Amino acid sequence: MNAPVQASDRPNDWSAYPDAKGRFGEFGGLYVAETLMPLVLELDKAYQEAKNDPAFQAELRGYLTHYVGRPSPLYFAERLTRHFGGAKIYFKREELNHTGAHKINNCMGQILLAQRMGKTRIIAETGAGQHGVASATVSARFGLPCIVYMGAVDVARQKPNVFRMNLLGAEVRPVTSGAATLKDAMNEAMRDWVTNVEDTYYLIGTAAGPHPYPAMVRDFQAVIGAEAREQIQELEGRLPDAVVACVGGGSNAIGMFHPFLADEGVKIYGVEASGHGLDTDKHAASLTGGRPGVLHGNRTYLLQDDDGQILDAHSISAGLDYPGIGPEHSFLHDIGRAQYLTCTDDEALKAFQLCAELEGIIPALESAHAIAKLPQLAKEIGEGGVIVMCLSGRGDKDIFTVADALGRSI
Amino acid sequence: MTKDRIDRRFAALKAQNRAGFVAYVMAGDPDAATALEILKGLPAAGADLIELGFPFSDPMAEGPTIQRASQRALAGKMTLNGTLDLARAFREGDQDTPLILMGYLNPLVNKGFEAFAKAAAEAGVDGLIVVDCPPEEADPLSDALEAEGISLIRLASPTTDEKRLPAVVRRTSGFVYYVSVAGVTGVKEADADAVAPAVERLRAAAQLPVAVGFGIRTAERAAEVARVADAAVVGSALVDEIESAGKLNENVTQKVLSKASELAKAVRSARQETV
Repeated sequence: MNAPVQASDRPNDWSAYPDAKGRFGEFGGLYVAETLMPLVLELDKAYQEAKNDPAFQAELRGYLTHYVGRPSPLYFAERLTRHFGGAKIYFKREELNHTGAHKINNCMGQILLAQRMGKTRIIAETGAGQHGVASATVSARFGLPCIVYMGAVDVARQKPNVFRMNLLGAEVRPVTSGAATLKDAMNEAMRDWVTNVEDTYYLIGTAAGPHPYPAMVRDFQAVIGAEAREQIQELEGRLPDAVVACVGGGSNAIGMFHPFLADEGVKIYGVEASGHGLDTDKHAASLTGGRPGVLHGNRTYLLQDDDGQILDAHSISAGLDYPGIGPEHSFLHDIGRAQYLTCTDDEALKAFQLCAELEGIIPALESAHAIAKLPQLAKEIGEGGVIVMCLSGRGDKDIFTVADALGRSI
Repeated sequence: MTKDRIDRRFAALKAQNRAGFVAYVMAGDPDAATALEILKGLPAAGADLIELGFPFSDPMAEGPTIQRASQRALAGKMTLNGTLDLARAFREGDQDTPLILMGYLNPLVNKGFEAFAKAAAEAGVDGLIVVDCPPEEADPLSDALEAEGISLIRLASPTTDEKRLPAVVRRTSGFVYYVSVAGVTGVKEADADAVAPAVERLRAAAQLPVAVGFGIRTAERAAEVARVADAAVVGSALVDEIESAGKLNENVTQKVLSKASELAKAVRSARQETV
């Protein structure tokens, strides 16, 4: 058995990324229409100021504590650990946050920034609806009108979340262009933004898009990893051997990973959705099955054809159904600091059920992709080892999809 | 050097004291053969310059009209290479009309900037407009294009302030494209009163002709813009004709070219009316 991993004395110099041009190595950057350029540059400046303003950080901490319900627990998944055999498994319980997922961490940060910038109208894109719900929630809390763009296909398969957003006062605009899923919703949000440049704040939900979004969303989500890093040391007196998270755009994953990047003994695993399988055209594994390109404001790995046209992604989980990935993941993948595994729809479905049955926790289908890789990782790391996994969201929203996949009508 | 064709055309327009009419159509819309027929007919219909769109799956700056054109083109298997084939076929019959390709960055990244620039120069392409490639990210593309004498046409918009202007016009040649509305193509209408000072400002900063587009749908608006700008660009209004002709089972080429003639006339006579 390896010696327990201890915390590094060195500061986390991974904060040097992105550079001044918004680049993580060759990834990231700022690829938007000229009309939006002054806006994203202004956003970058406003965010840098807010980030370094103790009053902003204190206000954010206050809302995270009293409104979101942080810190989220780090829970020892004892029965799954026993079932799999091998390393101890801990869940970082982001599904216990207000609105039931990690998305609210980022939304709370960005809504405070939007207010600070004097913006009066919020737009957002959503896939599964979790980010839409979180955006609608913070918009309601701060009294700002909120418009959520959602692919028409996703509107149909995530009806409860659409109604939830409506209850929170948000307008959900179904997007019918393209494949009518998350990437098309993002296109439409960009079109709205470029049309309403004066008053509108675009609240991007994942650690992708033009600089400064990938860095900003990461920073707001890094509360996940920062808490987990402290909590595991309290519980185990050491750092974990590995941290694991599912990756679509990759915001929960980068939030979990970033505070551990400088801890060289901590292995980092992201799990991409391989849908019906990597050898089919129905998957969403941008790193494993894609090539670098430019979409939605950043250079990153993308699913694309021979002509550079973006392909439609597929995953049973609407939240992972995106043909790109945050640029920092592309960077971590290329330099080898993180490893990216894949999980099929079927594996995720089995893990979803297993977690419900053994731990009494119904995980989001997104998170179930990470759970599905735990048996393999727990064995590899072995007894005496420790794994921390980000349980990014709760699965209530997915029960219709799962019932359908299992041939049950509810 | 192919960008000379753009310079020559604008010099000729200046000598005639009139603005140019720039017609935008999408490669492969409604299909490759018809698109070529339209391209070939545009100069005679009065187009002084032609912008040829190459399709992209995620055209973030386009309104519904050009989004649908892009989807039609992709459904007909049009590609960046297919667009270059169209350009080449057009150039065989026309040595004078500047041809500008317009689209998004990823197909160019995918092909490789150098390979694209070489192929485009061979096909007789004079300039390139890339919507999602701001000056901050443009140097590698500029390097490749400049080596082949192709202009990277820069975009300025109502949100481009004085401070940004020098960066926007750096390394630009041919002409500057003024996006006259904050928005997507073909939805909002340009405000002619606001366009005039913006064109002046840009012309002074870039020392190049200024073409205005994104908000021109009618002959009246085209004429208004033509009084103050060096060229008026119309895209969605032409593409609308392609779509409606297709639906009504009319002759697509004829319908588009007749719309182009109407717009060209308005642009050509705009300054005479005011004198």
